Amino acid sequence: MDSAPAGHGSPPTATRTLLLWCPDWPITAALREHSLEADAALALVAKGEVFACSPAARQDGVRRGLRVREAQARCPHLICLPYDPDLDQRSFEPVTAAVEAILPGVQVLRPGLCAVRAKGPSRYYGSEEKLASVVVTTLAAIGLTDVRIGIADGLFAAEQAARVAEETDDADAPLCIIPPGRSPWFLSTFPLDVLDQPKLAVLLRRLGIRSLGDFAALEAADVRNRFGEEGALAHRMASGIDSAAVVPRVPPPQLDTTVDFEPPLVRIDQLAFAFRMSAEAFVGRLRGAGLVCTVLRVVLSSDSGEVSERTWQHPRWFDADDVVDRVRWQLQGGRNADSGLSSGITRVHVDPVTVEDLGDHADGLWGTGPDESVHSGLARIQSMLGHGAVLTAIIAGGRLLADRRVYIPWGDAAPGSAGTLPRDRNLPWPGRLPGPVPATVFAEPVPAVVLDAAGNGVDVDGRGVLSADPAFFSAGRNTGPRWPVQSWAGPWPITERWWDPEGRVLNRFQLVDPSGSAWLFLLEDHRWWAEATYD
Amino acid sequence: MTPPAAGALEQDEPSFSGSGASGPRLVTAPSPGSLPADLQQRINQMQASRLDSKRLPTVPALARILPGGGLQSGGSYSVRNSAALAMALLAGPSAQGAWCGVVGLPEFSVEAAREFGINLDRLILVPAPGAQWLTVTAALVDVVSVVLTRAPEHLAPTDTARLKARLRQRGAAMITLGSWQQSDSTLGVAESAWEGLGSGRGHLRARRMKITATHPSGRSRHAYLWLADLQHGLRDPAGGHLPAGDGTPDSADGGDPLFWPTLMNS
Repeated sequence: MDSAPAGHGSPPTATRTLLLWCPDWPITAALREHSLEADAALALVAKGEVFACSPAARQDGVRRGLRVREAQARCPHLICLPYDPDLDQRSFEPVTAAVEAILPGVQVLRPGLCAVRAKGPSRYYGSEEKLASVVVTTLAAIGLTDVRIGIADGLFAAEQAARVAEETDDADAPLCIIPPGRSPWFLSTFPLDVLDQPKLAVLLRRLGIRSLGDFAALEAADVRNRFGEEGALAHRMASGIDSAAVVPRVPPPQLDTTVDFEPPLVRIDQLAFAFRMSAEAFVGRLRGAGLVCTVLRVVLSSDSGEVSERTWQHPRWFDADDVVDRVRWQLQGGRNADSGLSSGITRVHVDPVTVEDLGDHADGLWGTGPDESVHSGLARIQSMLGHGAVLTAIIAGGRLLADRRVYIPWGDAAPGSAGTLPRDRNLPWPGRLPGPVPATVFAEPVPAVVLDAAGNGVDVDGRGVLSADPAFFSAGRNTGPRWPVQSWAGPWPITERWWDPEGRVLNRFQLVDPSGSAWLFLLEDHRWWAEATYD
Repeated sequence: MTPPAAGALEQDEPSFSGSGASGPRLVTAPSPGSLPADLQQRINQMQASRLDSKRLPTVPALARILPGGGLQSGGSYSVRNSAALAMALLAGPSAQGAWCGVVGLPEFSVEAAREFGINLDRLILVPAPGAQWLTVTAALVDVVSVVLTRAPEHLAPTDTARLKARLRQRGAAMITLGSWQQSDSTLGVAESAWEGLGSGRGHLRARRMKITATHPSGRSRHAYLWLADLQHGLRDPAGGHLPAGDGTPDSADGGDPLFWPTLMNS
């Protein structure tokens, strides 16, 4: 709003800003997540190039933008991990929370970089140095020591100050404070590259302008006329009158709920009754935030210190009854398992693990999605038999019939598209079965015997030649009755991953007995198995 | 997708159409003597239509030999020796959007089920119910339309009766592989012949079956079918109008997608 009178009239004042910078945050986050040594040579890889690397790797010459092959050549013991932006966000959250506990109004610029308005807190803590030392102490308490702090007028100047603090690393708290009003002077010696506008930098350099000070000396109106809005913004940044305000984030609402029972409750129905109100409040709070919970974690603590923790998924989303049911099932269903608690319940903690937007889950005018009754009925069966006992199935790719079916426990997310499956059904899969699919595919292959007319076992040699035509066969563990083979076909060789010791080499046969039933047999390692039957 | 289902369900309740026609007649010609008799007739019709009422959509090839012209909701059926036949029974309701459950059949081939036209999104598998077969089956009967299961070897007659009552109450149908007392009909493959397989060459392509449906009274009906009739009977709207008991090779052969264009020689 004050962009127009930036050059003339009253000079706009930049907000006094404290900027907190954790260098190499992706590396710090990855080291913590994978619990690696702090001095490990680590590189985070995105799109086949090094996105970030640890100091140890940097010493060996690994740089950002290097191809992974080359980085590994420069540093043979390099650990390469895929770069995960979510991890950065997630692991920076405790840092934000810790800073928020002592300073109001934190703005996260990006993971590893956050800004606070310095004026009020510095008055509260006495001075800006004291404020900085309080922040450093607080972060050291959560195990974060590599922190740089810059305090200056405006975000841009504060960021540059924090980066300078890195280089003048002498004390235990790297800190750089630019006195009020000195930001233009501080910035004047910086090269143009810090503006992060390469095109503008090249152009200015051709015009003979080499530092921010030279650039700031230009008339603001001229800069705007020549370089447009972007140029004017860069000019304001270079002049140290960057008017970007610190926009404090609103702390996310507390969505989890905890209920303590005193005295401890020993009966499940008591517990369900006592927890119902809290469950309704829990769902109501989520609803108020425009969210629904699809994955829920229930933690039950008992009088004797036992803790039962379980994550529940829901095919749709949890309403209050579902939440109460999950709490109840966690106590009931696991009576024989480890989650049965022997003493009274003192605390129930319910934590939404995954929340989704309410709009994505709203009911259509005539109802959408599968029946709710189906969900509740199946969830009841799951609570009796266990989560993995109720399944839905999808068909994957593969040569053997057992490979082609993939079971998914009810309530678990199905792989979204065929591409996320380990094996894609639409690929050719040479060697798969032609013709109709057998209706019975044995969960485990059944041992079988196939004999030729003389009563000798039939086998296939290394060249895929059959020793004799099959004439009799039997299937089953107790090598039951022998049936004559009426018609047959095979061997159809299947060679899976011949280079891999795990790979399989087998031959497939189709046999029809006189009663008209057809069988699918496998010959692997000179032993016969019945894979399926066309009954 | 629902209109065909609704049509199929209404089809077998002729009493309602009859009552609709008789409604205006009541108003125009209110003869006092015939009124109670007429009403009584209507009541009887409606009661009768509720007793052996709702028919679930069934593959036409099997609907012809089943008692009542198709799977009845609340009925129980047993299939003697063919999982494919059981799948064909499931396929009808499933293709119309009904939920199906399979209990205690770890060897159930979902890929074959898909070929029969069973919607895998609405197919629930409980491969290992263990000792809780009855509870699981009863719970599934509550929520799905058709349950396919293998009956346990020992089941008390009271449990059987309770399960049957539950089926009738919920309007679900149960198909058991193996024998099951009190089944409304027992289906089985009496004869079967495969085509496409020689001695050492070819591969299985088509199957011709004689399917028998035995009523508890001992009366039985049979049909000669191709496997393709069971698999594509419901998808193809013309399939429903095939003449009964045909299954002559030439009628099933022509342009059927089951027949692969290229032979696989080994």
